[in-house]
Amino acid sequence: MAGAVINQIVQGVLLGGLYAMFAVGLSLSVGVMRFVNIAHGDLIVLISFLVLTLTTKLGMPLLVAAVIVLPVTFAGGYLLQRLLLQRVLGESVLSIVLVTFGLSVIVQNGLQGTYGADTRLVPGGAIVTATIHLGGGINIGVLPLAIFICAVVLVFVLDLALYRTRLGARIRAVSDDVASANLVGLRSAHIYAVAMGIVGVTIGISAAFMAVWTNFDPTSGPSRLLVAFEAVVLGGLGSLWGTLAGGIIVAVAQSIGAQFDAGWQLLAGHLVFLAVFLIRPQGLFPK
Amino acid sequence: MTSLPSKLPLVSAARGVLGLLAAMLFAAPWIFGPAELQILTELLCLLVLAMMWNLLAGYADIVTIGQHGFVGIGCYSFYGFVVLAGVGPYLAILLAGLTTLVFAVPAMVIIFRLRAAYLAVGTWVLAEVMMLGAGKIEAFGAGLGISLPVSVVREFGGNIVERFTTIYWISLALALVAMGATYALMRSAVGIGLTAMRDNEEAAGTIGVNLFRARVICFLWTAPFLGLAGALITLQKLRIAPAASFSITDWTVYIIFIVVIGGVGSFEGPIIGTLVFFAIREYLQDWGVWHFIILGGVSIATVLIEPRGIWGLLRRVIPADLIPVAHTPPR
Repeated sequence: MAGAVINQIVQGVLLGGLYAMFAVGLSLSVGVMRFVNIAHGDLIVLISFLVLTLTTKLGMPLLVAAVIVLPVTFAGGYLLQRLLLQRVLGESVLSIVLVTFGLSVIVQNGLQGTYGADTRLVPGGAIVTATIHLGGGINIGVLPLAIFICAVVLVFVLDLALYRTRLGARIRAVSDDVASANLVGLRSAHIYAVAMGIVGVTIGISAAFMAVWTNFDPTSGPSRLLVAFEAVVLGGLGSLWGTLAGGIIVAVAQSIGAQFDAGWQLLAGHLVFLAVFLIRPQGLFPK
Repeated sequence: MTSLPSKLPLVSAARGVLGLLAAMLFAAPWIFGPAELQILTELLCLLVLAMMWNLLAGYADIVTIGQHGFVGIGCYSFYGFVVLAGVGPYLAILLAGLTTLVFAVPAMVIIFRLRAAYLAVGTWVLAEVMMLGAGKIEAFGAGLGISLPVSVVREFGGNIVERFTTIYWISLALALVAMGATYALMRSAVGIGLTAMRDNEEAAGTIGVNLFRARVICFLWTAPFLGLAGALITLQKLRIAPAASFSITDWTVYIIFIVVIGGVGSFEGPIIGTLVFFAIREYLQDWGVWHFIILGGVSIATVLIEPRGIWGLLRRVIPADLIPVAHTPPR
């Protein structure tokens, strides 16, 4: 019994890696837009469908598809910011909610119209079923482990890029005070767009992993948005390592909830989020 | 301002149209059959939801995407009172509104702790928790939901015409009370503060508008109306179920489109939006998922081109508000 519980926690931690990947992109975009992008989850699902098309329709190997997807999502993020989001930046909260909300509805229903409502999973080959047996009833899937390691690397790289590079300093400058950043000669619109391009890359990576690991359908976006949101709030504003911790907390709660009863999975995640939030509204690791 | 008098007939004409529509609503049970009455009942319920979302998003700067949570609480508590507790159906409707208000207090404590950027998604999480929680209660049919017993339905009338007429009158009363009370709120000192917040939040705070108090009042103001609408919606659907009673599409997504397209931050906007929505709804449904894509596109375009929606466009031609919430300064 103890082994089963520990195993469930281990699975939760690994799932937390995927949630953290969803969440670091959201965290970064909150820094840019000063607002939660309501279409974030739907954009992840959109790219998962793109991976599906590249691998099953065009017969590409998964790795090739992933490599093709990343520049596309960078450009997509850049253009989305430049052409649409930039126009409502600095306006009321309402404008930004409405634009990203409209985008979410468009993406969801566009996918439904194109692919139908079926649940999908991209075949990932032998790695999907490969498992490491640790004994004591604890089994670790090779794919979840690989995803978790990638999530840690992604958080590490992004944290380094944001706080140790020239580009990161520019992004933070523009995000902190756009007027002053413009005054010292930064091209804020371009920097915002590059930041959203990076968000796009995180969406591409997490979408490719999600496509092989978990089932998805055109309406999966909101649930991805909500876990990403919870991870960001729990982690504390602007703390990427905190976001990783937040993702793990939500995923472990879901995993243990599912152990009780399959129907408790989502509710347990939300309830633990609310409980931790009420105790620490500023998040676990606020900057 | 010399052109003003020549345009005033336009205001009178537009008010005349509104008055005619109102008169039609009062005469509806004698003009229309049960099918049309049911559509009008639905229209009135959506109008109430739209007015409430507009009050929060358009004035109090509380942009919620979790409105369906409170509607669902209204649906479920109505069922609980009328079936499980055996309360009279009319009293149960009122108690459903009261219960929603009770739920709104802890909800408010949570979402008001979130920064502005996170508030919208926070309301969504809460609505999700309410829906998932409702689906866990066996007495309410758990995940599948449960139908209203025929005996309860009969209390509103022995046959379908009588029943639809009764429910229609209750809905009309709810819509009028919601509109009248919200109008009074907007004309009160709180409302003047709200209008100031809508126009410039920082400035409103500077001149002494208590932003926090205004937000609390608005949030608690909308909850009972959402719950009452939920009870009436249950009376039309004759059953409760987590997915339908807490439907994000029906009680939040459509409502946001209605208000945005009609004109957010104005008293007229939700009314115009609801009318437009019902005028085009039949055609929309033939378009399947594409009608959502069109609505989403129109809503983005509205924000970019005319954030005050159809009413904002009309207001360029019509020189005065049809339902003047603002006080006219003494001459």
